Amino acid sequence: MKLAYWMYSGPAHIGTLRIASSFENVHAIMHAPLGDDYFNVMRSMLERKRDFTPVTASVVDRHVLARGSQEKVVNNIVRKDKEEKPDLVVLTPTCTSSILQEDLENFVNRASLEAEADILLADVNHYRVNEVQAADRTLEQIVKFYLKKDERTKGNREITKTIKPSVNIIGSISLSFHNQHDMNELKRLFEDLDIEVNQIIPQDASVHNLKDLPKAWFNVVPYREIGLLTAQHLEKEYGMPFISTTPMGIVETASFIREIQTIITDQNYNVDFENYIDQQTRFISQAAWFSRSIDCQNLTGKRAVVFGDATHAVAMAKILHKEMGIKVVWAGTYCKHDQVWFEDQLKDICEETIVTDDHNLVGDMIAKTEPSAIFGTQMERHVGKRLNIPCGVISTPVHIQNFPLSYRPFLGYEGANQIADLIYNSFTLGMEDHLLEIFGGHDTTEVISETLSNDLGIEWANESKRELEKIPGFVRGKIKRNTEKYAKTEGIQMITLEVMYAAKEKATA
Amino acid sequence: MSTIEAEKLTFECETGNYHTFCPISCVAWLYQKIEDSFFLVIGTKTCGYFLQNALGVMIFAEPRYAMAELEEGDISAQLNDYQELRRLCAQIKRDRNPSVIFWIGTCTTEIIKMDLEGIAPRLESELGVPIVVARANGLDYAFTQGEDTVLSALAHKCFQPPKEEPIETPNTDHSPLILFGSLPDTVVNQLTLELKKQNITITGWLPSNRYTEMPHIKEGYYVCGVNPYLSRTATTLMRRRKCKLIGAPFPIGPDGTRAWIEKICSVFNVVPQGLEEREQETWENLKDYIDIVKGKSIFFMGDNLLEVSLARFLVRCGMTIYEIGIPYMDKRYQGAELRLLEKTCEEMKVMMPKIVEKPDNYNQIDRIKDLKPDLVITGMAHANPLEARGINTKWSVEFTFAQIHGFANASDILELVTRPLRRNNNLEELGWNKYNTLST
Repeated sequence: MKLAYWMYSGPAHIGTLRIASSFENVHAIMHAPLGDDYFNVMRSMLERKRDFTPVTASVVDRHVLARGSQEKVVNNIVRKDKEEKPDLVVLTPTCTSSILQEDLENFVNRASLEAEADILLADVNHYRVNEVQAADRTLEQIVKFYLKKDERTKGNREITKTIKPSVNIIGSISLSFHNQHDMNELKRLFEDLDIEVNQIIPQDASVHNLKDLPKAWFNVVPYREIGLLTAQHLEKEYGMPFISTTPMGIVETASFIREIQTIITDQNYNVDFENYIDQQTRFISQAAWFSRSIDCQNLTGKRAVVFGDATHAVAMAKILHKEMGIKVVWAGTYCKHDQVWFEDQLKDICEETIVTDDHNLVGDMIAKTEPSAIFGTQMERHVGKRLNIPCGVISTPVHIQNFPLSYRPFLGYEGANQIADLIYNSFTLGMEDHLLEIFGGHDTTEVISETLSNDLGIEWANESKRELEKIPGFVRGKIKRNTEKYAKTEGIQMITLEVMYAAKEKATA
Repeated sequence: MSTIEAEKLTFECETGNYHTFCPISCVAWLYQKIEDSFFLVIGTKTCGYFLQNALGVMIFAEPRYAMAELEEGDISAQLNDYQELRRLCAQIKRDRNPSVIFWIGTCTTEIIKMDLEGIAPRLESELGVPIVVARANGLDYAFTQGEDTVLSALAHKCFQPPKEEPIETPNTDHSPLILFGSLPDTVVNQLTLELKKQNITITGWLPSNRYTEMPHIKEGYYVCGVNPYLSRTATTLMRRRKCKLIGAPFPIGPDGTRAWIEKICSVFNVVPQGLEEREQETWENLKDYIDIVKGKSIFFMGDNLLEVSLARFLVRCGMTIYEIGIPYMDKRYQGAELRLLEKTCEEMKVMMPKIVEKPDNYNQIDRIKDLKPDLVITGMAHANPLEARGINTKWSVEFTFAQIHGFANASDILELVTRPLRRNNNLEELGWNKYNTLST
């Protein structure tokens, strides 16, 4: 048992469901007790999805526990097959139902006989892998399934490459960090480079098109947490090269483009992107110029710490260190499974790396380090609030704020601008806070409410004073005033609890 | 709308695939209510991620609840449950020093048959902290029923005062009365005052603000519930503590509050004073809201078990109820409320709603498409998709967290109910009313 107050990544089934519900026309059936299906809430609320989340819980209750699922799961699969006509149904248990040790594979086989759709059991160990690992695994499983299916029907593995250089983007997934905007940015980048985007998976992709993945010249995996397994499989089986460099920041975006150049040139197609990189870096993007500008000089030597998933933490540490001249005291990740890569990437960037999923440890380290700014997750943002250190959020766990309406990519050249703004604002706002503190701030609401309500000659009983204290500060003044106004009109001298409630009723009526 | 003239309430059990929050949600409000408590949810990563995510409860500053996250070794019984819980609870005692630790069992502890009730007494005496075990699992319960499991466990545990302390006999003219149900302090005060006006003194609330001040519930005491989802607590109080249950409608809406007070008064042979005027006065204050809802129709998909009480109040406000979905219906504990709903429908001359237990959300959405209600009260998963299809929605969880009990708070219910109607009235003028990308 582990005493846990908060966690950086969710359980395995969330990863599986993120993949399944990202595809177009794929339905997931959860074999789970009531309440385990909160994925639907997360997707619907955080992403403000207009369509019903294509996930149905086949409810495990006391009866199922006593007698086994029997027909229930099979019936639910067949029913959804009729109702929604999905291309694929993915069945998954949760941590809880996986220990029931029911033969879910058998359910899948039986349902396959009746249903039109393909049916897969997500092959994930719910106690050994976390959300992103499960997502990575499920995506690979679905891709493999459709490639194999195609080979079975065709009887061979013949592949015609596209005429022009082309790419698959692997790892566009619901409930990711600024993913939609990142994808637009990547599409724009490939268009600039005159590279066709063959497929983007799994977001809005059709499983029936997966068989055409090998037509592309190469694959990119922008976030190494989800997609690497698929890319590795495609490399091994189809000889497709892949790039797992994250094009985040000016320097890494350039490396990303250069890797593309190498891959394409290796396939006997001559391209030279150096001019493009130079133009973008010096004139189109503002980030490189910003680093050089006089504004940014003041950031030199400032101390920052970084924490997040492996992709974003590494990219951010590199940007701070290489592009902004900011000292990254330490950087850390909660992706424990990627420790080797993480430490290798940052060995020349920061003095120390930490790999942990214990947020208390991260919080303590921040308190000890006292950096000028934090770049972390929502948790570090809160730690920063308590310590009065500004924090820019750069990584999941996903939050409603990661779905802004306006365009906020983190990848590519526009992403570099975005990140430069984030860094600059984090530091300057921190400075502003100090100035406000020195000059006493500009919030005078408290003073006003006291002067307005002192000379009425009305007394507050102790019990109602206590009640008043329980009311949140930002409305307390208003309630105090309203209550006293009420007391005055009613000719009441002593404000008791009853008077307070009566005043409230009057006010809300 | 097709006019179905049912004479009586109809009950149906769809036993479908439906969505509600997990009952461990109750931790979110109970840890705030019981100020000297610590809640330990013994479950998996799935449970923990739910608490921090779906419910929007992020544990940031000095929390008084945590997960005992079960790992592979716990599931495969390689680790000793007693040892593990002892280690965690000792740490909690050291770090937070609570007056009580609540163990919240989950589906997983049910499935692996962890003997929480067996381990608790032993650890309790070893660590010197009372431990209350509640099985708030999703196999047996839905959403708000989590509170029921906790209060029932509290009622089970004897509240024996220390021997040296004399047992104080409540100084009242009538038999002692205990109210059960977790409400914010403000609402507790309000209901207490309403009863005080009728010269009825409440001996105690279950739960009170502190574990150390929980009421001593003795044989023969009267008990009355304030929440419709506490049937198990009611049963425990009757069977284990030999209390007498006052079965009343719930104090939600002016009509329900009046009926609730009247019922309590009648048990104590008190003739209620000024109650009718009080109710009338509240209705007067609600007039502006009622003008908005009158003649409108509403559909409850079913989530928090407050559905029947809310429906009854809204019928009185002039609304028509198409369907009351509800995860679980205890016809005995909710008996008085159901009778009041029936009576209200008769008096308001509107159709009797269909009550659908364990509804099937997919079928409900079909029915919603056919019936086109003016408002759907729904869980969070369906709200945005329904809005995209031009259907007004209100989250059911808001009624769980808002202050809705008593005369004074009736306006808060209508504030919530009318908000989508008022908001969308404004937006309607813009002319864009459907946002769904699919044709259905």
